[in-house]
Amino acid sequence: MTDAVPLLRAEGLSKVFPIGGGLARRRLHAVDDVSLQIGEREIVALAGESGSGKSTVARLLARIYQPTAGEIYFAGRQVSRLRAHADVLRYRGDVPMVFQDPFSSMNPVFRVSHGVLRSLKLHRPDLSKEERLAEAHRVFEVVGLTPAADVLQRFPYELSGGQRQRVGFAQALAMRPKLILADEPVSMLDVSIRIGLLNLMKQLRDDQGVSVLYITHDIASARYVADRLIVMYAGQIAETGQVDEVLASPRHPYTQLLLSAVPDPRAELTLGEGADIGEPPRVIDPAPGCRFRWRCPVATQECHTVTPVLAELAPGHEAACLVAQSGATVKAF
Amino acid sequence: MRSASADLTRPEPAGGTAGRAASIRGARVLEVSGLSVAYRTRRGDVKAVDDVSFELAGGEFLGIVGESGCGKSTLLFAIAQLLVPPAEIMAGSVAFKGTELTGRSERELAGIRWKEMSVVMQSAMNALNPVKTIGSQFADAMRAHGETSKTAIAGRSAEVLHMVGIDPVHLKSYPHQLSGGMRQRAMIAMALLFTPDLVIMDEPTSALDVVAQRSLMVQIKQLQQEIGFAAIFVTHDMSLVSHFSDRLLVMYAGQVAELGPTRHVFDLPRHPYTAGLMEAFPSIRGPKLPLTGIPGSPPDLVRMPLGCRFAPRCPQVQDRCREQSVDLVSVDEVQVRCLLASALTDRLGGNGVISGD
Repeated sequence: MTDAVPLLRAEGLSKVFPIGGGLARRRLHAVDDVSLQIGEREIVALAGESGSGKSTVARLLARIYQPTAGEIYFAGRQVSRLRAHADVLRYRGDVPMVFQDPFSSMNPVFRVSHGVLRSLKLHRPDLSKEERLAEAHRVFEVVGLTPAADVLQRFPYELSGGQRQRVGFAQALAMRPKLILADEPVSMLDVSIRIGLLNLMKQLRDDQGVSVLYITHDIASARYVADRLIVMYAGQIAETGQVDEVLASPRHPYTQLLLSAVPDPRAELTLGEGADIGEPPRVIDPAPGCRFRWRCPVATQECHTVTPVLAELAPGHEAACLVAQSGATVKAF
Repeated sequence: MRSASADLTRPEPAGGTAGRAASIRGARVLEVSGLSVAYRTRRGDVKAVDDVSFELAGGEFLGIVGESGCGKSTLLFAIAQLLVPPAEIMAGSVAFKGTELTGRSERELAGIRWKEMSVVMQSAMNALNPVKTIGSQFADAMRAHGETSKTAIAGRSAEVLHMVGIDPVHLKSYPHQLSGGMRQRAMIAMALLFTPDLVIMDEPTSALDVVAQRSLMVQIKQLQQEIGFAAIFVTHDMSLVSHFSDRLLVMYAGQVAELGPTRHVFDLPRHPYTAGLMEAFPSIRGPKLPLTGIPGSPPDLVRMPLGCRFAPRCPQVQDRCREQSVDLVSVDEVQVRCLLASALTDRLGGNGVISGD
């Protein structure tokens, strides 16, 4: 956050999907006025439940979607309106994406080497065939797929889910990226495998100097791996700050809800009477007011009419909650 | 946490509110003994479930945990008699309310399924018929079991949907009109149409995010206490069942690695695999410790290692672990398959061997 020019900066990013046609035409606000920064050598966790717009943010940053409004700057250069194919390709090499489902993101009829060699050919055309193979070996070793020569020759079905997800990271790493967009990279894996992938992300940050945007609904893993946390709700940022600071004193009721939902075997279990059932928010033609108010136990009259914006409540710690901003101590969940 | 909250760590009978199922609370609902299942392949028999035994009392909540490929789902399918070739029960028995289920005809089993024992599958997305409304799928299940009265069907359907916290107007909804959490709830409602004595659940929350997952777990637990059915709940996430299950069965490579009261197992994991599973998820509180998970993956069931099956991944492995197969032994109220725990038992004078390998 202290960098003069952040590695990546998004300003007022919005994505609206039209649904229906004719008179029934409505607008789904998947992402609404989101501004964020990612620094060098930084892991930023983007947390929220299904439907909070976190994957849409990743796709906007990856330029899979064109934003409805807002701009994206990478190393100070605007990239949201890039047109030339070569420029887009270079940006995607700098900011590759790792997908959620390791079982459908690899082509089953090709050996594992196919994907990584192809993206090397595409993104680093200056390399010779031998150099590409050497580079594939290098990145496979880095992500812990050893012996690399053996793993490269296998077919996807011969790899476990954790290994496949490592292939995803290796493929991203082959492009010498500055920032990896990781969209729920561990949510489909067994709990026992997840830690290894989280450790890999830390290792990429520390040893390779790569930043990671880690998208997740699991706030405990965000705490484990991330430097900074952005909590999204209904397409907007609810709360953001250093991960330890935010989780030690969460100000937004939604962050508190996410925290309370994490199973913790070491804690006593208490069940709220009307426990929140985790229904995704409705973001079709949203009216003014806080979008969390329907689920919020501390919502006031004001929350139904005034849309909260982020405000700094502690150094580097911002929350978009009118109640918290009024100076009251929020303890909703 | 709110003040009006109930402590569910000690699941006492709810008392009074129960129906038929609760009347057998405490009586034995299920007895699995020496159950072995193999997939008969060209590479040879793959023994996915190997000599598994446990009992389940009425109203009891059993959590089955383990990684993918440890035989959890195969065990569930074997209990529900849903195995299809090449999977086959090779040995052992499954007694449900005192009646043997293995070897029964499909017609006999059909009378038991849904009515007395129901199964909630992993993916509600695939388990619900996309072209029929929720209500008509409920009606199908009820008609298949001889319920013909339209008003009875409509009434019961609305009742179970209400029980899981869904507005009965959704009986007219198609699956795609419901969120993932609602679909899973609808599946659970369907499983409760006939007040079964046993509900078997295969990772019903794994496709949901934390808030929905938490809320569904709470709901399952509340329903279970209210209605009094026994539950078997399979998951790879040990933290998930920590508060909800009475007993925990940890499976590794087709075998029972550890089985005992949930609190005992959590407080003092005796099998290194159990300890590994517990250390695999980061905590939301306390100091941030570097975690390692459990390096490696479960063994190839065709080429099972000699000796202890967990030995290749075990941080506490000793030479003798690789040489002799390990029996399940009883330590206090816990059964555990580990030589280190057995040594402890010998010193303490435990109850000795339960089953051979």
